[in-house]
Amino acid sequence: MISAAPESFLERLPLLAGDLIARVVPAPLLWFVTSLIAIVAILAIFGLLFAFLTLAERKILGRIQNRPGPNRTGYFGLLQPFADGIKMLIKEDIVPRDADQVLHYLAPVVLVSLALMTFAVLPFGRHLVPVELDTAVLYFFAAGAATELAVFMAGWASHNKYSLLAAMRALAQLISYELPLLLSVVPVVMLAGTLSTTGIVAAQGGWKFGFIPHWYVFTPWGFAGFLIFFTAALAESNRSPFDLPEAESELIAGHLTEYSGFKYALFFMAEYFGMTALCGMGVTLFLGGWQAPCAFLEVIPSYLWFFAKLLTLLVLFMWIRGTLPRLRIDQLTRFAWKFLVPLALINLGTVAFWHLTVGWGGALQLARWALALVFVIVPFVLIGRRLSAGVAPRTYRYAP
Amino acid sequence: MTVVLAIIALVLLGSAAAAMLSRNLVHSALLLAVSWLGTAAFYLWAGADFAAFAQVIVYVGAVSMVVLFAVLLTRQNPVGDVQVEPASRVRLTAALSVGACVAAVLFAAVVSSDFRPAPAQAPTATVKQIGLELMGPYGAALLIVGVLLTVALLGAIVLAASEPKRNPEDAP
Repeated sequence: MISAAPESFLERLPLLAGDLIARVVPAPLLWFVTSLIAIVAILAIFGLLFAFLTLAERKILGRIQNRPGPNRTGYFGLLQPFADGIKMLIKEDIVPRDADQVLHYLAPVVLVSLALMTFAVLPFGRHLVPVELDTAVLYFFAAGAATELAVFMAGWASHNKYSLLAAMRALAQLISYELPLLLSVVPVVMLAGTLSTTGIVAAQGGWKFGFIPHWYVFTPWGFAGFLIFFTAALAESNRSPFDLPEAESELIAGHLTEYSGFKYALFFMAEYFGMTALCGMGVTLFLGGWQAPCAFLEVIPSYLWFFAKLLTLLVLFMWIRGTLPRLRIDQLTRFAWKFLVPLALINLGTVAFWHLTVGWGGALQLARWALALVFVIVPFVLIGRRLSAGVAPRTYRYAP
Repeated sequence: MTVVLAIIALVLLGSAAAAMLSRNLVHSALLLAVSWLGTAAFYLWAGADFAAFAQVIVYVGAVSMVVLFAVLLTRQNPVGDVQVEPASRVRLTAALSVGACVAAVLFAAVVSSDFRPAPAQAPTATVKQIGLELMGPYGAALLIVGVLLTVALLGAIVLAASEPKRNPEDAP
């Protein structure tokens, strides 16, 4: 399946750079220098990506809402993120008198560092994985699970009952959506037979008939799993329509109320990092990672494919933010527990069926697809109908 | 490597001791989470990746939340500093006797277990092997634990949901 043609120069660039470093740096220090370079590269690339994501978000939201967005700082508003950064840096840092000084200070630091740690296991390209781990998927979600502590610290240390209530609500949301997120990942691990991200990407290589890629999103269970993962990722990264923890228009930013200046910016940095990392994980698990969609497109280096897919998902996040209104807290938790969790559990059964019928060929192959589609669509329709019974569709009456 | 182990042990035991000594319950709970992280670091040091990350997901991610919710929901004034009342003789004797019981159980377990000399090469278990072991020889244990947790979850839901409906008129 893997093409025997020699890889292009651009594809082998990370390997060549690694060789160069190995030649220059003495062997005992090599592990230290390579990890340092990986850390600096992640900080630089994703720091810049964060800066321009904020700009892209404001531009896209502006266009959706029929206004130009920021366009005064630099050409096309390109310097806006840096102006924002300077503004945040020189703002006064206010800490409430009764706040728990240590925890109040630690919360944003812990949040950002945990969000950054998740990038370590994403395979950005064929030869571009910062850390090769046998348990990479588990590591990713372990770092994600620990962010809940930072949210609690922020809410409690502020010594403000509204902050604390908002933090509790944010925790309820994070814990509720952690479940469908993890359950939607299990099928991929089951079928790929590995927890390593490189192994999962390698399992999605190759094409059917030469043009349909073997990405998991193009199977019935993979499509359902991707939708569940995507929805849960929206909620886990506090994005609209699940942005209740902040809800800046109603709750004056929830658990962030008592934060100002750069600490406040750090929370948003962590949110964008978390969102980018979750999108990267979605690309790795369901969209074939760095694999090219067609064989002849493999001339384009794999890391460019990864970033193209990543940016597509991120723009999708922004599009959704500009389209859907915010949910209420009871709708939010009901959606997770009564809709996403059962669907994710049923999806486990579907993938088991898919795994057991891998030998079916010819007409049986069609039956396999049809049955798997039935297993995906019927529960979706039935549970969706039950959930919205008596609530939707609504009829709106306007004043004449 | 021994230096790393010493640092991990220091963090683990230090945070556990600080959690016991702290007068502020929320600080204690957070320090307990740090000590769980130290346990995970110890697993990593010992080469058990899977156990380490599972420890972080289950203890730091979930159990610490349960502890924090329990601390905050059982207090009259959740925002004010959660202080523990000063020590008394009754508390001291209770603490000592409970500690002695736990120590006795642990001591008995350590003494009665049969330590074989460690193999020259550390065993390397991949995640795949762990999964096959869990699904094969230990499948029954895994299922029993699953059923137990489900029963506990159902019990919690029944307890939480059986609160009599309040009359909206006598709401506070």
